Order: sequence, then C-alpha cells, then structure tokens
Amino acid sequence: MTSEILIKDKEIVVPGQELARGMDYLPTQGAFREGELILSHYLGIASVNGRFLKVIPLNGRYIPKVDDTIIGKVIDIGFYGWMLDIRCAYRAVLSLRETSSFIEKSEDLTKYYDHGDLIVAKISKVTKQNAVDVTTKGPGLKKLIGGKILEVTPSKVPRMIGKQGSMISMIKEATGCNVIIGQNGRVWIKGESSDKENLVSDIILKIDQESHIDGLTDKIKKMLESKK
Amino acid sequence: MTSEKRLDGRKADEMREIEAKVGIIKRADGSAYFRIGDTIAIAAVYGPRELFPRFLQNPETGILRCNYDMTTFSVTERKRPGPNRRGVEISLVTEKSLLPAVDLSQFPNAVVDVFVEIIQANSGTRCAGISAASLALAHAGVPMKDMVAAISVGKINGKVYVDLTKDEEDEEDATDIPVAFTARGKKLTLLQLDGNVSKKELQEALKLGKASCEKINKIQYKALKDYYKNE
Amino acid sequence: MNNDYITSLLKEDKRIDGRKLDDHREIKIEYNVSKNAEGSARCKLGETEVIAGVKMSIGEPYPDSQDEGVIIVTAELIPLANPEFELGPPNSWATELARVVDRGIRESNMIDFKSLCIKEGEKVWMLFLDIYPINDDGNLIDASVLAALAALKSARFPKIEDDKVVFGEFTNEKLKLSKLPITFTFGKIGDTIMLDPNSKEESVLDSRLSVSVFDGNIHAMQKGGNKEISIEDVEKIVDIAIKKEKEVRSLLK
Repeated sequence: MTSEILIKDKEIVVPGQELARGMDYLPTQGAFREGELILSHYLGIASVNGRFLKVIPLNGRYIPKVDDTIIGKVIDIGFYGWMLDIRCAYRAVLSLRETSSFIEKSEDLTKYYDHGDLIVAKISKVTKQNAVDVTTKGPGLKKLIGGKILEVTPSKVPRMIGKQGSMISMIKEATGCNVIIGQNGRVWIKGESSDKENLVSDIILKIDQESHIDGLTDKIKKMLESKK
Repeated sequence: MTSEKRLDGRKADEMREIEAKVGIIKRADGSAYFRIGDTIAIAAVYGPRELFPRFLQNPETGILRCNYDMTTFSVTERKRPGPNRRGVEISLVTEKSLLPAVDLSQFPNAVVDVFVEIIQANSGTRCAGISAASLALAHAGVPMKDMVAAISVGKINGKVYVDLTKDEEDEEDATDIPVAFTARGKKLTLLQLDGNVSKKELQEALKLGKASCEKINKIQYKALKDYYKNE
Repeated sequence: MNNDYITSLLKEDKRIDGRKLDDHREIKIEYNVSKNAEGSARCKLGETEVIAGVKMSIGEPYPDSQDEGVIIVTAELIPLANPEFELGPPNSWATELARVVDRGIRESNMIDFKSLCIKEGEKVWMLFLDIYPINDDGNLIDASVLAALAALKSARFPKIEDDKVVFGEFTNEKLKLSKLPITFTFGKIGDTIMLDPNSKEESVLDSRLSVSVFDGNIHAMQKGGNKEISIEDVEKIVDIAIKKEKEVRSLLK
C-alpha cells in the first residue's frame, strides 16, 4: 500500500478520521495507528510535521506531564505537605521536601500555603496511576497573591504563550500586567487596574475560543492598540 | 398501514428529519443536542474526573458511566420523575454502546460521566440519546477511537422500516430493533430486539440500520466541525 | 475564581461580568419546547437555562379543599446542569427551589383553583409543574420562576372523554391566569447587595433574598445563606424588585 497523507495541515478533524495511510507516517500526540491507518483521537486541529502527525484537541481536560509548570489550588493539608487541585481527574502533592523553604515537621504548614491558596509549581513526577508530585523549588515557582484567575482549555495554552513566549510577552508589555499561564489551563493576571486585567482576560478568552482561526494575532494586536 | 407509504409519508428506508448541535450546555465539559423527528435528546459529559466511591475505581483504566432520564413532560402521560427500571436498563446499554468507541486508558481511577435527558419523546429515545452522547464525548475532548450512531429499525407486516414512530411501534405486528454502529468499524455496539422476526428479516434490518447509521455519522461530523467554524 | 477578586471589584461597585449591582442578565424566553406537554417553556437568564413543563390530568381533590384543583411543583436538579448535582431523590436545595416557585404561584392567587374543579369532592384538574435546570450558571430560582410562568401561560387543557383525559390530544382552552408574579433574587457579599448573582458570585454569597412581586405587591419571600441581613437591606431589595417587575413581566408577552 502506498503511503499518503489524507488531510491538510491545520485541518479540523473528527474522532476516528483517517489522517494518513501507510507505514511511512508516525502518529504522535492525539493520533493513533490501526493497521495501515493513522487516525485522530479527537475533534481537533491536525498537524503535519514531516513524517509526524498529531492532533491538538479543541477541548479536553488537562493531562499531567512531567516538567509542566502549572497553577494549583490548595485543597488539603496534611503531615506530608499540601494536596493541590490542578484541574483534572488527579490531584497533585506538594511534599515538605519539595518546597524552596526548609520546613520543620512540627511547623504550622498554613504559614506557607493555606487552604485555597494558588501556587505556581512544576510537575516533578507522574506515576502509572497518574499520581502527581509537584515542586516549588525553582525560579518563578511561588504562591500567587491577589490578581484575577481564569480557566481556559489546556490545549490552547501553547497559543497563548506563543512561539518562544511571543504572544504572552506582547500582552504583558502592552498592558503592563503580570501574567502567568499554567499548562493546566489556569491563568493568573495582575495589573494596576481592573480595566487592564479585564483587557488581558478578554484577550486570553479570545485565544481560547479562536485559536484555530486565521488572523488571530492581528486581531489581538488591534485589541491592544485600541485600549492604549 | 400499507407496505408502500408510511403514516407520515416516509419511505421504508427514510429516517425522520435530524438536527444535531454541540456545545449547548456551557457548564459541561462536552454537550450535544440531537433531534430526530419529534424525539429530542440532550447529552452532557463531565470528565475525566475523580471517581467516588473509591471502590468503583479501576487502576487499569478510566470508566464510563451513563445515566438516561426522561423529563416528566416528554411523554403524553406524565412520567414520574426519577429513575425507573426501563431507565436503568437504557443507561446500561447506552454505556455498552459507547465504551468500544472511547479510549480511557490514560485515565486510571477516573470516570467519564455521560448524562442523557429526553426532552420530548416520539420513539427512538435511547438511540437519539446514544447519538447525542457520542457527539458530547467528542465535543468534550475525551479520546475516542471512533464515533457511534444509533437508530431503531423495525419490522411491520413482513417489511423492514427504519426509524419507527410511536404509532408504528404500537402496531400489532411490530418488532422493534434498536441498533448502534461504530462509524469506521461498522460494528454493532447496541443490539436489542423485541417481537418476532425471521433470520432474513433480521439481516435486512441490520443492513438498513448500518446504512442509516452511516448517514447519521455524516450529520454528526458536520455538527462537530460546524461548532468551530462558526466560533 | 477567588473570593478576594470578586470582593475587591465590589468595593468599586463592579461585578466580574461588568454588570451594575441592580442589573439582571439578559432574559430569553421560548415557548412550546416540548410538544407532549400541556405547556412548556425554556428560560435563559444569561447562561443559566431552565426548562419547565406542565402536565395536566384528572384526580381527586385534597380533603381540605374539595372544590379546588391542585398544583404540584417539582424541581429535578439533574447532574447534566451542574457537576455538583448528584443523582437521587430531591435534596434540600431541589425541595427549596420547588417550594419557592410554588409559593410565588400559590400566594399570588394567580390561578383560580376553584375553576379547576370538575366535580366537587370527586374530580378536579391536577397541574404538575416540573422544573429542569439544563445549565446552572447561578440563580436557578429566578430562571425557574420565569420558565414556570411561561409554561403555565402557554398551557392548554387536554381533551377529555367521559371525564378521562385523552393523552396526547389537546384543546384550545388555556389556563386562566390573573397575574404573573416575577421573582427577583438578590445576593449579599459583605455590605454589597446585587441582583441576579451568577454562579461565581453565588459561590461566595453571605446571604440571599428572593422576592416575588406583582404590581407593587409582595407575594412571597425567601431568605437563604448563612449570614444575617438587615431590615434596610430588605427595604432596598423590595424597592428594586418592584421597580424592575414591569420591565421583566413584559418579556413574558
């Protein structure tokens, strides 16, 4: 059977749709092989990169990955440390040893992170059962104070950050806001005024809804210009 | 009823008008609306999410849990609210009809919940629910291997028909055969029958059901793509 | 969303969706959404969506009102609408919601129950009003009341033969309604009172007060939430409700 690609790059595909035929192509994220065929797991955007085919889902909950920077919310505190909600079916554990401070076993842990606190952390381990360990040892990993929180589709986060951070830098510069985007789809915005914060959140939500539509970057540039 | 024209003028292999949309329930992870003739089903998907009680958890894979319910006013004589035995059975066969199409291997100990609600009933409700649920799962971004569509085929007076209405189902000699097929695999994930058919009639019915489900699949794909085209 | 963000905005009299404190979300009402019902309607209040259906049948009157028809209001909080709803019999929230909707209907005397009597002591019309939230983005009470009123307004009697209902066949005779009392629900966070809390505001409310009004008269009230409210709060809320009532009622035309 001759190998051939059956879809165009950036085409919207549906679950079970045939992306390619033949052994020359390889399925990566969001695609799978069944015999000679490579198929899509999702309703999403197909991406053709040489021999690699992937599908970015247009929707879906966060799937934890090692080295992802995420924003977690403290939901439980125990002798071990803190349990965090990271917006998926699995909770993450931040143990005492994995914080940047040295904490004695007898200390009151709420002094560091309390119930409901939002923490920027990095995923250090994911077991086969999806038990997740996180760490706050590292630059930029910390508790978030104040600010506005948004929840967006995790698969859209790369678009919000942009190639080498180009999109998020552009937004931060134009609005003067501090913005942190977790890979788990939690976004933190802190600015001088609620108007500036709302502009940033409007932009982030627009990317969430229109990431697959052409001309988005230009639209965003216009939005930032008009509010100067 | 003559063997040529049906009460509503449809041909034997003609389904009622179908309307399908996704994204109708904002709070849900995925949702869909599926209308076939006068039967209206909506479906919502929540998950993958944590599964409680713990003893239900499967450490090898996520599980699928379906609940089928009809509103009290969806039928001509009011249905008492809450589950009944019929609803419990339909919930079960709905789950079995969707499970082969989803891939929950990445979600051990988690659950994907599917809720189907029938807003208006004129026969074929479990099938409309399954078609809606498949759409909602796709909209939710649950990893899938295939799509599922379902339709009721039936036999009345020795002839095979697709998509029976309540009046047709109530005919004396009617046999009702709800089926669901995977879109690519073209295999059965739902098969029930009550009545009286010969093997030949059954074969005809399954063939008609498969062809009809293919037509539904096209409508499902369009509904999924249209949602993002119009955004 | 954290409470701090909502409360910090409220200090400037701002809400997270940009509304003023006494603005309700956009209301959309659609009639006849379910053909087999004697009456049915959908109400969208912002993103909150509720469907209500009316089914009518003939039954025996209650012993203490032998010459009056009966209305039974039920709210089914299906998990489809909110991931926090659980399957099972009506819990206290479902019961409260149904009873608040019921109270607004009953206490305003909008339905003439005596006219629903077919044969005193033996046969009366039974109205079943069933409420189903489809998407819970806060304030199910107000959306449910609007859906219920619209369903009652558009309801027509089924055909009867020999004093028995012929299910599936309808007459052109509508229910006579003398009033359409609208419910307005307010939330209080700290010292700020706001109309029509959305789900994010609802999750951090200190207290809530629902008021059912028609033509300047108050027919029902219900306070919810864990904290207290003052008499001044109540007066302020009633003023706003009475002011807004006509404009919302016109949406039911």
